[in-house]
Amino acid sequence: MRSSLPFAAKILAIIGFAVLYVPVTLMIIYSFNAGKLTSVWSGFSAKWYVALFQNDQLLTALGLSVIIAAGAATLSLVLGTLMALSLERIGGFRLRWLLAFLGLAPLVMPEVVTGLSLLLLFIGMETLFGWPSGRGIDTIMIAHATFGMCFVSVIIQARLADFDNSLEEAAADLGAGPLTVFYTVTLPVILPALIAGWLLAFTLSFDDLVIASFVSGPGSSTLPIVVFSSVRLGVTPEVNAIATLIICIASLAVLVASLFMSRLILYGHRSTETDTDTGQ
Amino acid sequence: MGWARRHLITLYQQATSSKIGLFLVAMIPLAWLTLFFAVPLLEILGVSLGSSRRGVPPFIPAWGLSDEGLFFAPNSDSYALLLRHSSDYLVPLYNSTRLAFGSMLICLVLAFPIALWAARARGAVRLSLLVMVLLPFWTSSLLRVYAVMGLLNPTGYVNQFLLFLGLIDTPLDLMRMDISVYFGIVICYLPLMVLPLYAVLVRIDESLYEAATDLGATRTTTFMTITLPMARAGIVAGCLLVFIPAMGEFMIPELLGGPEQLMMGKVLWAEFFRSRDWPVAAALAVLLLLVLSIPILWLRHAERRMKET
Repeated sequence: MRSSLPFAAKILAIIGFAVLYVPVTLMIIYSFNAGKLTSVWSGFSAKWYVALFQNDQLLTALGLSVIIAAGAATLSLVLGTLMALSLERIGGFRLRWLLAFLGLAPLVMPEVVTGLSLLLLFIGMETLFGWPSGRGIDTIMIAHATFGMCFVSVIIQARLADFDNSLEEAAADLGAGPLTVFYTVTLPVILPALIAGWLLAFTLSFDDLVIASFVSGPGSSTLPIVVFSSVRLGVTPEVNAIATLIICIASLAVLVASLFMSRLILYGHRSTETDTDTGQ
Repeated sequence: MGWARRHLITLYQQATSSKIGLFLVAMIPLAWLTLFFAVPLLEILGVSLGSSRRGVPPFIPAWGLSDEGLFFAPNSDSYALLLRHSSDYLVPLYNSTRLAFGSMLICLVLAFPIALWAARARGAVRLSLLVMVLLPFWTSSLLRVYAVMGLLNPTGYVNQFLLFLGLIDTPLDLMRMDISVYFGIVICYLPLMVLPLYAVLVRIDESLYEAATDLGATRTTTFMTITLPMARAGIVAGCLLVFIPAMGEFMIPELLGGPEQLMMGKVLWAEFFRSRDWPVAAALAVLLLLVLSIPILWLRHAERRMKET
């Protein structure tokens, strides 16, 4: 027998979902509004979407953001996987606490502090070593990978904690080298987490405004930076349209991904269900 | 010294043992985070103790390498400036604390029922609830904040609706009130509160509830004696995941707040981008970090406890 949720609690939960969804739903509906006024409905039109595809500045920024996000996500994936493996699978190395702390702090560090500190680092490195000369795609990618890897690591750690390492030990006992163990046992098990991690790192990079504002240079304005400069001026149908497009594409990607990873979402941590599943 | 030597010996032993590969695996992310996360924080300290100047870059750090070699000349000008104009900076610090703490509480109240609902549901219902929580987390926070602007601005849907009902005669300036900042923080950070809560709630053994009911406990008693204590680690983690980044939030008070909602992140941004006084911006970052070091250290403690349970 399961205890059901009291009525009052359900109401609160529904208010919570309403906060998350009502503003975005209204924005999506009004992005198809024919009129210039954003809260008075004056007929259906897709003209704001047509206008988007003639906006060169937006399209350039979009291309740049995709390149940066893909690069940062890939870098995050490699570094985050190494970090998760070190934290979950290497027993008792001395600097474990430091890695655990450094892997956690970027998740909560206020973005203005991260952005400013990285900019100062890049300037310092430029005076010392002559690299990076100026700021652009490479510096934004490094900055995004630094927090992206921490999110990737959290996801993979949860997956690694899920299956006990007797499988890996068995493989090692049978004479498999560390790389063979990784490729034949560990990798297939954590694959869904790798996909989820890459996607999360991609969207985090794609959405980042504050850190990118600090470490971008002239000519490397990402999509959020361009969108922000028009959002600042107020609510307009054009911004409604671009926002709708971005949110819908991201949501579609998440929905598809979550179909593949429903098990991972449901049983994020140690649970009997997943243990028996991977044990078979 | 003995401490350092023991460490060196262990490092050496690990490097020469069969674990050499695994050791290198750990060193790569550690080196990356040290270079791009820990060292930059020292850099902030160095600039905050340096001095402002006209030129590129617009500051001279407190220490570093110049043509004449190494130099070390810290000064406390920026901090003195913060003290001299303390009211300009204390008010935003107070605002940040007030708004971050308030929205943290709202997030907790809204997130707990969602997490509990998902933890007690099964199969498709649970999956849908979790995906509904994750979906906003994966989409741009800038655009979600923008959507709130559409809702609350003077010609927005809320004002239109209230005018239509005849409850108000002139539009309310909701974007200069705390409520819009709370709304913005909640829409951005609610998923971060739900996820750790769900992670602890889903692990509560349901037979505990059955036992409590069998022994005649009321719903309230069961909640207070089983659910709440067992969710403690998740509550702490969720609160910190919301409170700490919200303290330094720039975008939300910039887009959804008026002068009354000036927060630290916005002040830092203005010092950096508008006044171009980088040492003062760095000093503000140090101040923010000092204030936040209390909850950050607590988070580390909480994380360790969560691992143990």
